[in-house]
Amino acid sequence: MKGNEAIAHAAIRCGCDGYFGYPITPQSEILETLALEKPWETTGMVVVQAESELASINMVYGGGATGKRVMTSSSSPGVALMQEGITYMAGAEIPGVIVNVQRGGPGLGTIQPSQGDYFQSTRGGGNGDYNVIVLAPASVQEMADFMDLAFELAFRYRMPSIILSDGIIGQMMEKVVLPPFKARRTDEEVARECPWAATGCRGRKNNILTSLSLDPDFMERHNQHLQEKYRIIREKEVRYQEILTDDADYLIVAFGSAARISQKAIELLRQEGLRVGMLRPITLWPFPTQKIKELASRMKGILCAEINSGQMLEDVLLSVEGLCPVAHHGRMGGMVPTPEEVATAFKEKLINK
Amino acid sequence: MKEELIIAGFGGQGVLSMGKILAYGALMEGREVTWMPAYGPEQRGGTANVTVIISDQSISSPILSTFDTAIILNQPSLDRFQDAIRPGGTLIYDSYGIMQPPSRTDLHIYRIDAMDEAAEMHNVKAFNMLVLGGLLKVRPIVTVENIIRALAKTLPERHQNMIPLNEKALLRGMEIIRPEQSA
Repeated sequence: MKGNEAIAHAAIRCGCDGYFGYPITPQSEILETLALEKPWETTGMVVVQAESELASINMVYGGGATGKRVMTSSSSPGVALMQEGITYMAGAEIPGVIVNVQRGGPGLGTIQPSQGDYFQSTRGGGNGDYNVIVLAPASVQEMADFMDLAFELAFRYRMPSIILSDGIIGQMMEKVVLPPFKARRTDEEVARECPWAATGCRGRKNNILTSLSLDPDFMERHNQHLQEKYRIIREKEVRYQEILTDDADYLIVAFGSAARISQKAIELLRQEGLRVGMLRPITLWPFPTQKIKELASRMKGILCAEINSGQMLEDVLLSVEGLCPVAHHGRMGGMVPTPEEVATAFKEKLINK
Repeated sequence: MKEELIIAGFGGQGVLSMGKILAYGALMEGREVTWMPAYGPEQRGGTANVTVIISDQSISSPILSTFDTAIILNQPSLDRFQDAIRPGGTLIYDSYGIMQPPSRTDLHIYRIDAMDEAAEMHNVKAFNMLVLGGLLKVRPIVTVENIIRALAKTLPERHQNMIPLNEKALLRGMEIIRPEQSA
């Protein structure tokens, strides 16, 4: 099935309570698949086509505030519209999942694949000092697998999490093993697991979920609390995949679809006798800074391959701390690099420079 | 076993669904597959193409710039993808509307007049199954039985009655494909 279809099926299977979204290419199959599957007749999951992306994200804010597992999905320009809701969720510590199947930008851009929203996702995206957890699937299987993980992390840390995919992973079909069915939580389970949630305050003090305070003293303490939470996440939740790094002299760092393309580039480069490995960040925030630094200390050079102008490149440079040369290859606006192109860029920028 | 293949033609010719049925058939044989469409405005009337990779091992890039086999169904696609076929690879084309035939001399080239045949069968919708039959004749990467099973799995309920016709078209495609050149 398609990556987008896998997201929809995995959402139903992981006990999602509600989906709120507005169609946009290249992710419309998510809403379409949910409409076909009619989960409201089986698991009781609510599916709403909202009137806009703003409405969608605010429905997610509302649903998340009651402790429900709710989500939305969109593509780049639509996710740009959601940034206000996302920073409000980060401020009020409301969990929820946002799936971004990226397309070329800036602005309305194109409908073809891109990774141009790396900054938007990993730097917060909205106003204020906050982060969201960002998972980058590189296969249709990971689209399915990361759905439950995104909810788990969002609820464990009471914050939004983003599945940052793109038009390649969303539109591509591959073999996928769907996760087993997990029941939606009962109201009692929600009340027990989310004592902070707005579940009705009979017999207890009311819970207030807001990102607003007129007291800067309080707001600074709240920010310090958020930063402490982010520190723990950086310590505990970094995920990555290493491919052929054991004997490697060189490294390609790439995520999502660019990692798949680069993996083929590595096959080509190894046929020429160049020992190249790969580090694929799975969480883009928190970023595998320490791992990349470790690898950099024994590499002759690193190529950062992305489908953007060089956004993750900044995190790679901050990780490498000058330990080895770092180059970048990227395409923009909906154009996608081929494996041959990445292999050629690798040689031009790191070997025959 | 590994086959990297592109199918390219006009939107509406059944290019994407042909690739999908092929990929499902391979899946039923336990292979790894990727199916990557050009999903842009092409789908809505321009040129359409899909990359299908079938392999015994896990597949790295779904995006390719060279192919083992190309199925070409119109002139713009022939112009665009002819040079992307690896030397010694296979080119299958429908001559309908082709003004400039293939010029490569280092390929196995087959011609299948599926457009004419579909018109003769009074069923334009059989076109893509004729072509798929032709492919399976010269590159038996998936068995016909598994293609039929894939059809049953991918066709919606209301079209399940079309399976016998599709099977007939597949077998007919295997008969009408003609070798034009050996690499």
